[in-house]
Amino acid sequence: MNETRNIGDTLLKVDNISLSFGGVKAITGVSLEIREREICAIIGPNGAGKTSMLNVINGFYHPQEGTITFGGEVRKQMRPHLAAAGGIARTFQNVALFTGMSTLDNIMTGRNLKMKKNFLWQALNIGPARKEELEHREFVEHIIDFLEIEAIRKTPVGRLPYGLQKRVELGRALAAEPKLLLLDEPMAGMNVEEKEDMCRFILDTNDEFGTTIGLIEHDMGVVMDLSDHVVVLDHGEKIADGVPDVVRADQNVIDAYLGVAHD
Amino acid sequence: MFRQNGSFAKTMEVLNAIFVLPFVDMFTEPVFFAEVVVGGLLTGVMYSLVALGFVLIFKASGVFNFAQGAMVLFAALTLVGLMEKGVPVWLALIIAAGVMVIVAVVIEKLVLRPLVNQPDIILFMATIGITFFLEGFGETVWGSDIHRLDVGIPDATFEIGGMLLNEFDIWAAAIGAAMVAFLALFFRYTVIGRALRAVADDHQAALSVGIPLKTIWIVVWSVAGFVGLVAGIMWGTKSGVQFSLSLIALKALPVLILGGFTSIPGAIVGGLIIGVGEKVAEIYWGPLIGGAIENWFAYMLALAFLLFRPQGLFGEKIIERV
Amino acid sequence: MLYRESGQYKTSYTDDQAIFPLKQDRWLMAIALVIAFVVIPLTSSEYMLEAVIIPFLIFALAAIGLNLLAGYCGQISLGTGGFMAVGGYTAYKLTTSLPDMNMIIVFLLSGVAAAFVGIMFGIPSLRIKGFYLAVATLAAQFFLQWLFNKVEWFYNYNPSGTITAPPREMFGFVVTGPHATAEARYMITLVVVAVLALVAKNLTRGHIGRSWMAIRDMDIAAEIIGIRPLHAKLSAFAISSFYCGVAGSLFVFTWLGSVETEAFNINLSFQVLFMVIIGGLGSILGSFIGAAFITAVPILLTNAPQFFGFNLPIDLQKHFEVMIFGVLIIFFVIVEPHGLARLWQITKEKLRLWPFPY
Repeated sequence: MNETRNIGDTLLKVDNISLSFGGVKAITGVSLEIREREICAIIGPNGAGKTSMLNVINGFYHPQEGTITFGGEVRKQMRPHLAAAGGIARTFQNVALFTGMSTLDNIMTGRNLKMKKNFLWQALNIGPARKEELEHREFVEHIIDFLEIEAIRKTPVGRLPYGLQKRVELGRALAAEPKLLLLDEPMAGMNVEEKEDMCRFILDTNDEFGTTIGLIEHDMGVVMDLSDHVVVLDHGEKIADGVPDVVRADQNVIDAYLGVAHD
Repeated sequence: MFRQNGSFAKTMEVLNAIFVLPFVDMFTEPVFFAEVVVGGLLTGVMYSLVALGFVLIFKASGVFNFAQGAMVLFAALTLVGLMEKGVPVWLALIIAAGVMVIVAVVIEKLVLRPLVNQPDIILFMATIGITFFLEGFGETVWGSDIHRLDVGIPDATFEIGGMLLNEFDIWAAAIGAAMVAFLALFFRYTVIGRALRAVADDHQAALSVGIPLKTIWIVVWSVAGFVGLVAGIMWGTKSGVQFSLSLIALKALPVLILGGFTSIPGAIVGGLIIGVGEKVAEIYWGPLIGGAIENWFAYMLALAFLLFRPQGLFGEKIIERV
Repeated sequence: MLYRESGQYKTSYTDDQAIFPLKQDRWLMAIALVIAFVVIPLTSSEYMLEAVIIPFLIFALAAIGLNLLAGYCGQISLGTGGFMAVGGYTAYKLTTSLPDMNMIIVFLLSGVAAAFVGIMFGIPSLRIKGFYLAVATLAAQFFLQWLFNKVEWFYNYNPSGTITAPPREMFGFVVTGPHATAEARYMITLVVVAVLALVAKNLTRGHIGRSWMAIRDMDIAAEIIGIRPLHAKLSAFAISSFYCGVAGSLFVFTWLGSVETEAFNINLSFQVLFMVIIGGLGSILGSFIGAAFITAVPILLTNAPQFFGFNLPIDLQKHFEVMIFGVLIIFFVIVEPHGLARLWQITKEKLRLWPFPY
């Protein structure tokens, strides 16, 4: 599979990141790289610091040490909305949709960064504001088609089943046309069919839009099938990094997952 | 040139009046300053008493009970009404406490239970409805005149180190302190206290381990009612039992944001800070800006404080997760 | 069957995004507008306009303002009365120092002044949330009320401390002041309220409205997908206060005519909050329904005892009114926590099928 893939240069470089809350260390000196158009999985046991890592990458947590290079720009700290403006979008471990709004509106919020017409135009709903709204609506409809959620376009997302909510959340992230898409356990709590659908959407996203994807997932089958490259964290430290087959055979990884006898 | 000098002098004068003179006054008349501070502390205890009722209910049921002020009024009206009918003080106290339990039961049955799991703002709204009802009901039954309340707390003035103090204020502070100690022990060491803390943490989880939510709520609202009664006695003795008593709820709110909605020590310390801050500002700076600042000063003080410490006095720093 | 949408195909996104995509809604709206602009001014008595309809419109405007902030952006404010006062006093100062200024412009500028004040008192919302914020907005309420009472400049050193709307003309009609007819004041209020209601609807449907709702529903997620809390919250405070400010200027100029600061007290803030909650958080229509309800109930309560032939002493009746008002609020909040606008929604869904069960 790798032969046919067109993987480019480094898009994101995380360098020697350390993060702690008070005295509790969440991440210790982790470095990793995600290259353009690849699918990179971050795995590890519960509490390994995976979600914290994503939070650092999109600027929600501020690491005490280390730097992040994204698209050639080096930064130490960042506000989340700036990360979003720079092209990082993500989904969340526990669905974080805007429950009071319809599917369509939720995905439209993903376009918000690209909508610039000021409120006076919008207040009157004429001319440029209206045209802008319609252009973005059209783009969002493409995403709705792509994710096969036409039928629930106008349904408040609070009423949707879990699997569909996850899909809408992916749609919201895609609407921002991200360079880097971070998915935090996109398949948690899904049945087999839903997982297969989700895998298909992830692969299609990567194929069709050339989006780079960073993925946290517990289902090893999924991880090994989807990813080009796997990073393993344990207790906030990186213990392995490489192509799936190599990582699978790594003794440290096996120990972390199965436990080691301390004698 | 002369005009400029004049306006310069005027500016300096204003700055002097704001930033220098009040402090000079404080240092040159330390006894008076101490009297102001002590007066503030004692008023602060009274604020704390009202705030305490809010905290109890918020802690246990997550309800921002705007009706706490109305409960203070209602309790005091009931007490004073009974006493005017010739009922002895001790009996009137017991009956008034009993009435507050009934109020708690009725509120739980008719208002809280149908609104379980509704958003906070809806419950807040319902408590405003309760406020209106209690105010209307209390005045329908007991009339809207100002009633004098005297439950026999001594009220003489005496002097310590040149400061004029009132015996009643000291009593109020002592009773306030005793209530806080009692509540703190109650929360920490009794079965109901532990259940209360569990409910405060997570309703659903508490229910699932078999804690009877209904009973807990009735207990909490009753206790808040007793606290209201005590506050009502204090404030009522001081300024007469009248409609404006329910407005002291508005005085307790800045205390709440300062001390945190869920912290009993926060309510106390917050009350003291607000009491002192308000008194000092009123005496030393109030005249400069036309006086009558007591309606908003406490809010501004609490706000300014929150800008530096958004989690309140005793809140822990919140780590947000996604 | 009355409310059927089948057969109304939409062939473009423009159609689908119209304010009233359904024919029936468009008809209802048209009828409502005809009633408002033609029937009411021709048939209503002066008392009806003065005591019921004009205050209803003004409160609806204030309720829309608070709804934008609380219902759409999720930031509870108890400072509505204060922001309305800013509007009222600004309008007074503007028109007494510049008598030739068009009244519509005066009203809009008082809204702008209120918006600035709103932004200032909205700043704490960046650090604190929920009830902490609600209490903090009380600072605005008390401080502003005190300010307008203490600083004599605001009421032009009038010894009585009141502000009185001076007579001003538009299109040859006297629209404010003691000689303005109720009809003229009604019409100007109606135009302002109708236009601003439409604007509010547009704002909530566009990307600004979506960013408010995103902040309301999940602020952290909103921030991470690129919505700046600073912009969203402060714009909500600004626009909400703008509406309250305009409502406040109408409150003085086309309704009461003459007010003291006490008219803008905390009860006004609560009253508007009731309207928003009873009508429905996050619904422009709900703001109107809530305003109608809260304006009408006290009038009905006041007149009910006489209607049934009771004669209560005045103070007792006052207490009864307060009591019943409290009970009604609890009742409605329990019966329909999502507000009366939701009932209308449900009725519409029933009418889609009626008279068939499904």
